Amino acid sequence: MSMTVNGAAVSLPDDPRVSLLDLLREYLHLPGTKKGCNQGACGACTVLVDGERILSCLALAVQFEGRSVTTIEGLGAPGSLHPLQQAFIEHDGFQCGYCTPGQICSAIGMAQEIRRGVPSHVTADLCTETISLSHDELRERMSGNLCRCGAHNGIVDAITEVFAEEDILAEAAE
Amino acid sequence: MSISKDARQIVESAVQGVMAKAIALAPDGWIPGGEPDPLIRSRHGHVGKPVSRLDGPLKVSGTAPFAAEFPMQGMVYAALVFGTVPKGRIAAIDTEQAESSPGVLSVMTYRNAPRIAPPPVFMSGPKAAGGDNLPVMQDDAIHWNGEPVAVVLAETQEQADHASSLVHVRYQSEPAQTHFAKAKAAGTRTATFMGQPLHNEIGDAEAALVRAPVSVDVRYSTPRHNHNAIELHAVTAAWTGDELRIHDASQLVAHEAWSIAQMFGIPEDKVVVTSPFVGGGFGGKCLWQHQVLAAMAAKASGRPVRLVLSREGVYRVVGGRSLTEQRVALGADREGLLKALIHTGVTAKTASNAMPEPFIMATRSAYASETISLDVQAVELDMLANTFMRAPGESVGTFALECAMDELASALDIDPIELRVRNEPKNEPISGLPFSSRNIVEAWRTGAAKFGWDKRSSVPCSTRDGEWLVGMGCAAGTYPYYRMPGGAARITLTHDGQAIIDIAAHEMGMGTSTAQTQVAADRLGLSMDAVVFRYGDSTLPGVVLAGGSQQTAAIGAAVSAAHHSLVKALLKIVGNDSPLAGLKPDEVASGDAGLCKLGDPALHETYVSILARAGQTSVTVTAEAPAPLETQHWSMHSHAAMFCEVRVNSVTGEPRVSRFLGSFDCGRILNPKTAASQFRGGIIMGLGLALMEETQFDERTGRVMNPSLSEYHVPVHMDVPEIDVIWTDIADPHTPMGARGIGEIGITGTGAAVANAIYNATGKRIRDLPITLDKLL
Repeated sequence: MSMTVNGAAVSLPDDPRVSLLDLLREYLHLPGTKKGCNQGACGACTVLVDGERILSCLALAVQFEGRSVTTIEGLGAPGSLHPLQQAFIEHDGFQCGYCTPGQICSAIGMAQEIRRGVPSHVTADLCTETISLSHDELRERMSGNLCRCGAHNGIVDAITEVFAEEDILAEAAE
Repeated sequence: MSISKDARQIVESAVQGVMAKAIALAPDGWIPGGEPDPLIRSRHGHVGKPVSRLDGPLKVSGTAPFAAEFPMQGMVYAALVFGTVPKGRIAAIDTEQAESSPGVLSVMTYRNAPRIAPPPVFMSGPKAAGGDNLPVMQDDAIHWNGEPVAVVLAETQEQADHASSLVHVRYQSEPAQTHFAKAKAAGTRTATFMGQPLHNEIGDAEAALVRAPVSVDVRYSTPRHNHNAIELHAVTAAWTGDELRIHDASQLVAHEAWSIAQMFGIPEDKVVVTSPFVGGGFGGKCLWQHQVLAAMAAKASGRPVRLVLSREGVYRVVGGRSLTEQRVALGADREGLLKALIHTGVTAKTASNAMPEPFIMATRSAYASETISLDVQAVELDMLANTFMRAPGESVGTFALECAMDELASALDIDPIELRVRNEPKNEPISGLPFSSRNIVEAWRTGAAKFGWDKRSSVPCSTRDGEWLVGMGCAAGTYPYYRMPGGAARITLTHDGQAIIDIAAHEMGMGTSTAQTQVAADRLGLSMDAVVFRYGDSTLPGVVLAGGSQQTAAIGAAVSAAHHSLVKALLKIVGNDSPLAGLKPDEVASGDAGLCKLGDPALHETYVSILARAGQTSVTVTAEAPAPLETQHWSMHSHAAMFCEVRVNSVTGEPRVSRFLGSFDCGRILNPKTAASQFRGGIIMGLGLALMEETQFDERTGRVMNPSLSEYHVPVHMDVPEIDVIWTDIADPHTPMGARGIGEIGITGTGAAVANAIYNATGKRIRDLPITLDKLL
């Protein structure tokens, strides 16, 4: 019974009550994934599971056997940052930094959803095959990630800069 | 607080009043800031550059350690049980089932908790930090609905959480006052804030109002708010022998260490509080029961304890902003000159704190008026103690005042900006003190031009885009310059030319270490990478509250004082062979990684050379900042002109903010990149205040009914348009670095700008926050 976290095999917890979030933070000592509400309302715990964004506080760890989890620690580290992490710094897309790992993971998952043509509440044509990363699409799709410091403008600018290029979108989907 | 304590405060404040008069009349040169900070003249250094956050790589990679992320050997997890009645006694508490639950170490209740003193309540002493002064789990009394009644310790969080559901409590309820209107009917008292009554009178304002040819007399209400920092309040506490170590998320590490030491009856230096990163504060990350309970549980169990409040727990244990009901009455002549300015109202507090929401603060320095009447009345409810939240007073006070100014402008048919400019005061109306720096008119002019204010129709309901009604509004924001006593800093200069700055300050997102590294580098004449700024540790010098937008000035003044001491210390060791030999401290300046003679940069020696010649590996100095007398010598305030465009759906009533611009006059801006984020952050919280935020309080039971981020709505990405921020960048000649705090002003005026834009769009005056769609249908 194991899953992969940032490329490394890890055992599933014995206690079935352990959320994926608590597994990461308390058992694997990967505290980059944040706990802001523990009830699926703030998005701070967003991680990528097989490339899709999920709220790890609402996920029981034992359900993820054989799955591949990527956390903020798996995206980049100081000295070798992911382009989106670097863009967050350049655009000041955070203040306290607590919602930041969730915003970054969420943005990467979002970019892939757009590439797959998954519509959102603001998509005018539900049958369209190509959705552009417009200002409204981006804001709508990132609205599950709360930021109380009010870094929204910088977050949107950072995501726009990194994912406006189609080839980077393609890369993110791989 | 009790009546006798209020009386004592008033006597003390009368003594202070005599002092204040002397300080006001003293020559400028006797006052800190009387001589402008030399850094104000320097325009080619690091200050003013848009430097990216130095701790950015840590934050974006999830490696910045927050309070709940310090693992400890043998650590156990805590879960709280919250009471369910507003007032009364615990008749019975059954912990047996919880105690026998797997993994549970112990269940702490009032029956077995360590005996400690109550917290020193904030503002009752220089380092008092408590949100209230109530005993923490010491007896069977219940003081508010949601008060913790038990702490379960277990090997894992899952075990602790489950066991907490197995604690069974029976209560003996007592009559509680949880109803605002009933409390008002039973009588109110004039509120006191920081030792001063919240009451001012100039002339007979009510009579002047009646005589004024044009007037408005309106009432506004604002609800309770919660800070809702995304980081949950968390603490990791451990005792090593008689020393208590607390990893916390704190805006006041030194205050907290002292206060907890008082409670446990141990020396101050036996409590060490560290807080390197705070995941948002806004006034909410001070001293509440969770830190104390964790320390008590750690002491009783002999194990390190991690206590992370649930989101509900934050609402139950950490106070928020209280509600207000305000009256603003303005009387003017036909030219719009104010003859009467009345701003009064009522707020709710508790008997256990000293924090009435001081909503008249901004009005004291806002406008010239022949007569003024300001008054805050308070009632005391049986509820969790309210506390300061971003711009306490100004945030909700400017909503009422600035909406009323808009209503007066409409009544006069004068442009609302022009009305404000016509009523610019020459000196502060209440105190009579001269302003240190006030450029609000320039902020209005530049803001209006950039926003396109001239395109606004003054006729409400006259701009339509399909089913959307479009309108523009404006309002003034303001926040005082504060610098609190107790600032101190240590500078260690090492033989390799590095300077380490140590001060017990805080980083909650403001960019403290980045901006202060820029400042210290300029002050010492070093490159930024030669400066190490250390903070967030109660063992460092200084008592520095990250609150009141005062931290930048407090650090600036302390480091400046330490720099003076450093210069003196270096001149003592330069020796006779140095080009600086024989010079006095006021004859030298820092520059080019060393000291030089003022006006003669060629006479220079580097720090490395000075230390090498003296054979020293380092020089360390510590100094205290001078007492903050400048705030009593000048009237010192930041200002903002806020501009908002809204779209209101004529079918659904849905209000959307489509554009916003803040034009600020906040002294010199130290780092335009982080400052812009502070301004935007304040404005966005102001959008929440305007349109969605409300802590719903059940007046029957005294219980917060929406203790979650699902039911307490804060602005999300889709609610936030691109927000333009500009500033005058005019240095305040009387503050450290010429800067004034910028953390809170963004939320002031914003609520009114939104409400006034909604009026311009729809013709509806909504005077009750938040302005939700039901009020616009």
